[in-house]
Amino acid sequence: MTIYLMCFFLFLMGLYCLIAKKHLIKKIIGLVILEYAINLFLILIGYREGGIPPILFKDMDQLAFSQQSVDPLPQALVLTSIVIGLGVLIMMVSIALRLYEKYKTFDTSEISRLKG
Amino acid sequence: MLIFYMLLGIMILGSIVAIETRNLLSSVISVGIVGYILSILFLMLGAPDIAITQVVVEILVLVVLIRATISADNTAIEKHRDTFAVVASLVFLGLFFVFASYAFLEMPQFGESLLQTSQHYLDNGLAETGASNMVTAILLDYRAYDTLGEATVIFVSILGAIVLLRRTGRKRGCKSKEGTGK
Amino acid sequence: MGMSLIVKKVTQFVIGLIFLFGIYIILFGHLTPGGGFPGGIILACGFILVMLAFGKDKALGKMSRYVAHIMDSSGALGFLAIAMLGYVGGVFFLNFLGPGDAFHLKSAGFIIFANIAIGVKILSSVFIVFVSLVLFGRLIDESLNDSEEEENNSL
Repeated sequence: MTIYLMCFFLFLMGLYCLIAKKHLIKKIIGLVILEYAINLFLILIGYREGGIPPILFKDMDQLAFSQQSVDPLPQALVLTSIVIGLGVLIMMVSIALRLYEKYKTFDTSEISRLKG
Repeated sequence: MLIFYMLLGIMILGSIVAIETRNLLSSVISVGIVGYILSILFLMLGAPDIAITQVVVEILVLVVLIRATISADNTAIEKHRDTFAVVASLVFLGLFFVFASYAFLEMPQFGESLLQTSQHYLDNGLAETGASNMVTAILLDYRAYDTLGEATVIFVSILGAIVLLRRTGRKRGCKSKEGTGK
Repeated sequence: MGMSLIVKKVTQFVIGLIFLFGIYIILFGHLTPGGGFPGGIILACGFILVMLAFGKDKALGKMSRYVAHIMDSSGALGFLAIAMLGYVGGVFFLNFLGPGDAFHLKSAGFIIFANIAIGVKILSSVFIVFVSLVLFGRLIDESLNDSEEEENNSL
């Protein structure tokens, strides 16, 4: 259970960076750390003690394989999640660059003070 | 098992460095270190598919973030910190941690997975689909609809990023358009 | 434009191996770890390496913007067409080609074609978005230099 708590602590650190910092790039870094923690938690749930990866080889016994391998379903969902995280990051960086071009600063308190 | 705790500890230290340091380039590199250690952790948890994807996506994230911070041309943050926001968020997150740890007590032990749906996939995967990589069989045969949704999300987000990064807006049509997209 | 001579020579040696590795991960996605998504990103990283080492004109000469848009759309439409062809078997997205002999390349139905479509799509879209980011960053640098010159002239 300790390892779940450590993973949750990583999640809370990403959330802290997202809320309490004022620089736009720091907020983006906080969101990246948040995504790492979520993907790690999903893979930690599906782990089996002394397990092998869910890939079959040529002369493997099917019954022994299904008793010994780790859970393949969270891995498929996490693969989707990682690639979607990349797409969201690209969109966030392009919005941040547009804001920098218009307001000449990355500081969110300055941006919310100037009214366009 | 001890190696998992050690790697997670290094990840937590690396993300503390990434959050608190004042130089933007150092914090981007620390996020890169956290990502690489995460892919080693994925490999030890029995997920080689995810480890390959994590390494390659991590490299792209690093290159894109460094491109964004260097183009801004100031790599230091100089403003004062906002103490009220820091203290309020620390108090709130501490309470969140205390109350959520009660929920973690209900979870099964680390190392005994439940495997109720996946037992069917593991037993009959090779016979029904013919693929020997179970993760690809789930992604593209049993749950192919989710992969169609993911392909749509990637398509739309990259389309949005290309539209946002165009050189001329719609109002100022008189700027030169050399090399912009058709 | 680009980087020094050592980087250019090393890129010329290594780029063929990077493309070969990316194509291997896409094609053998149903037998070994990998699949369409990491393979597509590896190929896109190869093109980004060419662009960083030789300059953007050489990289856009290899895959121009028009070709990248065509490849992107045809990858997405190809994936949808494979899904629609499942109606041959009776339901949407049914694997109508059937499981072949296991552990061979030609098995597992249409999984290999779906991997190829996804790989082509991700390769072209990630490369074109990186080119747009680089061009936009250069625009920011130019506008910053122009505003500095105006301040210096007015002072």
